[in-house]
Amino acid sequence: MLITCPHCGARDRAEFTYGGDASVPRPELSDLDQERWADYVYLRTNPRGTLREFWHHVAGCRIWFIAERDTVSHKISATQALDDDGSAER
Amino acid sequence: MNGDRYSVFSVLKNAATGNRHWQPAWRSAAPKPSYDVVIVGGGGHGLATAYYLAKEHGIRNVAVVEKGWIGGGNVGRNTTIVRSNYMLPANGRFYEWSLKLWEGLSQDINYNVMFSQRGVINLAHTSPQLDTFARRGNAMRIEGIDCELLGPAEIAPLVPRLRLDHPVFPVVGGLIQKRAGNARHDAVAWGYARAADRLGVDIVENCEVTGFTFDGDRITGIETSRGPIAAAKTAVAVAGSTSDVLRRAGLERLPIESHVLQAYVTEPIKPFLDTVVTFGVGHLYISQSDKGGLVFGGDIDGYNSYAQRGGLPIIEHLSEGLATFFPSASRLRVLRSWGGIMDMSMDGSPIICKGPRDGLYINAGWCYGGFKATPGSGWCFAHTIANDAPHNLNAAFTLDRFAAGASIDERGAGPKPWLH
Ligand SMILES: Cc1cc2nc3c(=O)[nH]c(=O)nc-3n(C[C@H](O)[C@H](O)[C@H](O)COP(=O)(O)OP(=O)(O)OC[C@H]3O[C@@H](n4cnc5c(N)ncnc54)[C@H](O)[C@@H]3O)c2cc1C
Ligand SMILES: [Zn+2]
Repeated sequence: MLITCPHCGARDRAEFTYGGDASVPRPELSDLDQERWADYVYLRTNPRGTLREFWHHVAGCRIWFIAERDTVSHKISATQALDDDGSAER
Repeated sequence: MNGDRYSVFSVLKNAATGNRHWQPAWRSAAPKPSYDVVIVGGGGHGLATAYYLAKEHGIRNVAVVEKGWIGGGNVGRNTTIVRSNYMLPANGRFYEWSLKLWEGLSQDINYNVMFSQRGVINLAHTSPQLDTFARRGNAMRIEGIDCELLGPAEIAPLVPRLRLDHPVFPVVGGLIQKRAGNARHDAVAWGYARAADRLGVDIVENCEVTGFTFDGDRITGIETSRGPIAAAKTAVAVAGSTSDVLRRAGLERLPIESHVLQAYVTEPIKPFLDTVVTFGVGHLYISQSDKGGLVFGGDIDGYNSYAQRGGLPIIEHLSEGLATFFPSASRLRVLRSWGGIMDMSMDGSPIICKGPRDGLYINAGWCYGGFKATPGSGWCFAHTIANDAPHNLNAAFTLDRFAAGASIDERGAGPKPWLH
């Protein structure tokens, strides 16, 4: 599988580490609601189809970014760098 | 119908007639309009559940509904390692009960599942790793589960072709569970299917469950490609498809991710290895099948996947491991590789519980370890369905343990399913 790093271009999957589902919104740190935190930490939609997920170009430029990948065909339709605060760049 | 169709006599007779006259081992059932219990998924767990419902609880008006054919899922794709060498008490007790059921399984279901207690050895390559094995071994012994800590000198005769003195990854010791071993995977599926069928269970193949029927919040049965089937109780045991199927019951988010696990088999060779060996370096496990091929596997590919095939990095990694520790196997050709979809839970431990909807029961989260669980899982799930309450052995395997802070994280990897 080739993954297109927003910075380095298409590189072998072996250069990347997986960071999991990026579609789960993280509660504000000031949010003390247990249920929302448990949801964020433990519950996943686990789609058969397109998933937004974190990848780390660990053996390359070392940036974290988001990829949209199909979990059946593994085709990556888009990748997107992250802002310094961890949110997706527009 | 008699239970002993497979005798020396029947084998000889059928061989003489070109093996054209074997009878199917179970009826091809058309679904009835309603059942006491409908089980979604005809893998090892679904079939075992049906068998124990009928045998232990006298609930025989049961259907197992399978979208493909019996044995086509993970039950027919795994590397067949059966063991109970877990550290955490909830896992240890459950898997030990499963192992005890394995020990009597061929007699119980009158079908030879070729359970071979050839031992499983976990090898350690550093002394801290050996310390963690000793700790796990002690936890096992407290639960009355057999295991022994071995030094390199004891391992050498057990695994004669193993390279013990690798300069970077020396084998400094290991933990053996002698009662552990292998079984014949598809015999397990066929044997449970036949035994359940004999007790009156309908096994409905080529019937995909496409949805559920509701009465308010209560689940009253299933929608299938062959029409609706009503059920007082609906039990779901679909392994890697758990999220997909339960979404149709209104459960949008679960503590589960689907990942692919691969396995490989080499060309057959003469007797090479008569135990199961696993390596603490990079995670590799290997055994030799009865046909002579070396069967090996390791970690999941590491990213969510519903593709029943894997990528090349893992095969390269595992082949390197195999050639490192068994240099004499380095020239073997790999005959086949395949993959199966794992229902990886957030703590690496299973879920066997009454569902959050009335009428719904859930069996999932088997990760890459569910084959060994087959008898125990079916037994506990049947108990849970029949009594509307868990058995002690599966009381900890709930769906809401995560939110309650009671996760059972054997590996200590945290809620990162791709690391378990
Ligand atoms: C390569 C590999 C190696 C493994 N090695 C080991 C090992 O050494 N030891 C061990 O203990 N475990 C191992 N496992 C894990 C083990 O195989 C699984 O955890 C276990 O088989 C899962 O339970 P099951 O048998 O019920 O699953 P399956 O056989 O997958 O059964 C689930 C069934 O549900 C059906 N289904 C899905 N959706 C629907 C639907 N909508 N309607 C109807 N039916 C549906 C599927 O077709 C399937 O037949 C391995 C797995 C793999 C893939
Ligand atoms: Zn990069």
